[in-house]
Amino acid sequence: MKLLEYQAKEVLSALGVPIPPGRVARTPEEAAAAASDLGPVAVKAQVPVGGRGKAGGIKLARTPDEARLAAEQIIGMDIKGFRVPLVYCEGVLDIGQEVYLGFTVDRDARANVLMLSAKGGMEIEQVAEESPEAIARLYPNPWRGPLDFELNQLAWEAGLGQQARALVPLVKKLYRAITEYDAITAEINPLVITRQGEVVAGDAKLETDENAAFRHRDLEERYGDVLEGDPYEMEAKKRNLTYVSLDGEIGIIGNGAGLCMGTLDLVQRAGGRAANFCDIGGGAKAEVVENALAVILMNPKVRGVLMNVFGGITRGDEVARGLVQARDSLGMRLPLVVRLSGTNQEEGRAILEQNGIAPAASGWEAARKIVELTR
Amino acid sequence: MAILLHSGTQVIVQGITGREGSFHAQQMQLAGTSLVGGVNPGKGGTTHLEVPIFNTVAEAVRETGANATGIFVPPPFAADAIMEAAAAGIGLIVTITEGIPIQDMIKVKDFLKGFPEACLLGPNCPGLLTPGVGKIGIIPQRFASPGPVGIVSRSGTLTYETMAALTAAGMGQSTIVGIGGDPVLGLSFSDAVQLFESDPETTHLAVIGEIGGSDEERAAELLARATRLRVVAFISGRTAPEGKRMGHAGAIVSGNRGTAKSKEEAFRRTGVAVAETTDEIVELLTKS
Repeated sequence: MKLLEYQAKEVLSALGVPIPPGRVARTPEEAAAAASDLGPVAVKAQVPVGGRGKAGGIKLARTPDEARLAAEQIIGMDIKGFRVPLVYCEGVLDIGQEVYLGFTVDRDARANVLMLSAKGGMEIEQVAEESPEAIARLYPNPWRGPLDFELNQLAWEAGLGQQARALVPLVKKLYRAITEYDAITAEINPLVITRQGEVVAGDAKLETDENAAFRHRDLEERYGDVLEGDPYEMEAKKRNLTYVSLDGEIGIIGNGAGLCMGTLDLVQRAGGRAANFCDIGGGAKAEVVENALAVILMNPKVRGVLMNVFGGITRGDEVARGLVQARDSLGMRLPLVVRLSGTNQEEGRAILEQNGIAPAASGWEAARKIVELTR
Repeated sequence: MAILLHSGTQVIVQGITGREGSFHAQQMQLAGTSLVGGVNPGKGGTTHLEVPIFNTVAEAVRETGANATGIFVPPPFAADAIMEAAAAGIGLIVTITEGIPIQDMIKVKDFLKGFPEACLLGPNCPGLLTPGVGKIGIIPQRFASPGPVGIVSRSGTLTYETMAALTAAGMGQSTIVGIGGDPVLGLSFSDAVQLFESDPETTHLAVIGEIGGSDEERAAELLARATRLRVVAFISGRTAPEGKRMGHAGAIVSGNRGTAKSKEEAFRRTGVAVAETTDEIVELLTKS
């Protein structure tokens, strides 16, 4: 789960990370009220993607009127496909220095990596490319977390040794997001060191592990409904489907993530564009097929559906019967091409043909067929 | 010969009395696997599928001489099950369970440093199959046949499809290994490539990767140094958009990292043939 900035700050603040005074505003009036309480504020769009500053999603407001105007402009804005549901109005800091502090899962090392850099405020990917030596890294032992001397060393390696006294306890607090919330990425960028020498989180990003959601139901309850998500993805989630919306017009169903991704690739190779990714898993059960079709058909852009199934333990005739049943109960009229292979493939294909569904021998043939039928 | 799973492999299943564990343990027996026991705390002393059940892995190892395990226990308990197996001296730990928290797996990986002889496959993987010998996991044996082609893959169904096409084309397989779709894994592509490299019976290798991470790139670097194998690579997810997780927790492109293009180029640079479709994997392997 990707938290919005204000949510990440609430969580980090509860762990002891200092944050500037701030308030959520859902309307321009609330933004004006926040500014009259807090003084000059930054009015910031709350979206789960980077680059909102460049997109015009952050505005400085010196007065309540300016805050009202800024919120009017920002709320409802579209930033990289996300409609801004609310803004966060935050007191302006007296910045002395900006640094970068974060951690993420280093897949190659199969470990968490803590990163500290004196080059704050820039995207860390850019820093990594331009001056990799400017990022100090620490791979803390996952059983005991980072030790004081390790963090002290990290600060000196980042060229921030003089601030180690303030930074070391702060990094430890941030690290608690891993042990207490199963965070897989957290970033404080910039981490502001004020002219008064205080350390405050200027921005915050936090992503938690969906596999660990069963340990953190509270987060889902508190923050799950704030973002207006993609309507098809939301419906799919209710039906327990692994579904991702894309922007083409051919609906895709596959069993297995790799096979399903491979099917999207084949459709593009054949000159079409996929409307979604939908993995119905190894079993390809009739009920799941019907749920998948139902969600795909909700999307008015969809002009045809391609289903690619390899039956391993599941029998092809069962899959075919389930599919025919699903199509009929949904009253589906759009073109449907099915590539069915594996166990009992002949029986399965015969059932499809008897029911007016065009079977295809290979995924590639199926992709070309559905592209032709939806042109 | 094959890799990892041989005729001497004595297998137990952790979570054998559960629905999935029970069904697949039976399939494993049908595939020829030497299944010597199962573990389920509290059910020790009983039998299931005609094999003895033990309360702990240590007891199962002591009583049966098991040297490999298949783990089917639910996600909240799976990490502990892996560590229990390693601590009991199991050499091959195949973890089928999907949905294990990433931080649990990071702890497991650190724990396993203390057990260098233990090889972890997965999690969130279909396991492995040596045709004619047996399997640990869920790969359907009916599409496999013994032969010289090794397969290593992050995906389940794509692997089944490839082995079925190979079998249909008259090319059997030495061992089929599914390394899994999670971001924090045990056995990597590179590890598998090295194992196949030193298996005299494997002459051909299909590497089936997908977007996310850079395990494929690292395997390509390894192959660039020298290989006696005829290798074909396939990467799925070339049309996947950035930042969207495509089913597998590990299948995600972030920024310009983990793209299908970078993986395909890494293989091409080393002279490895890259298949554009799964059908082409077989064409390229059978050519010449």
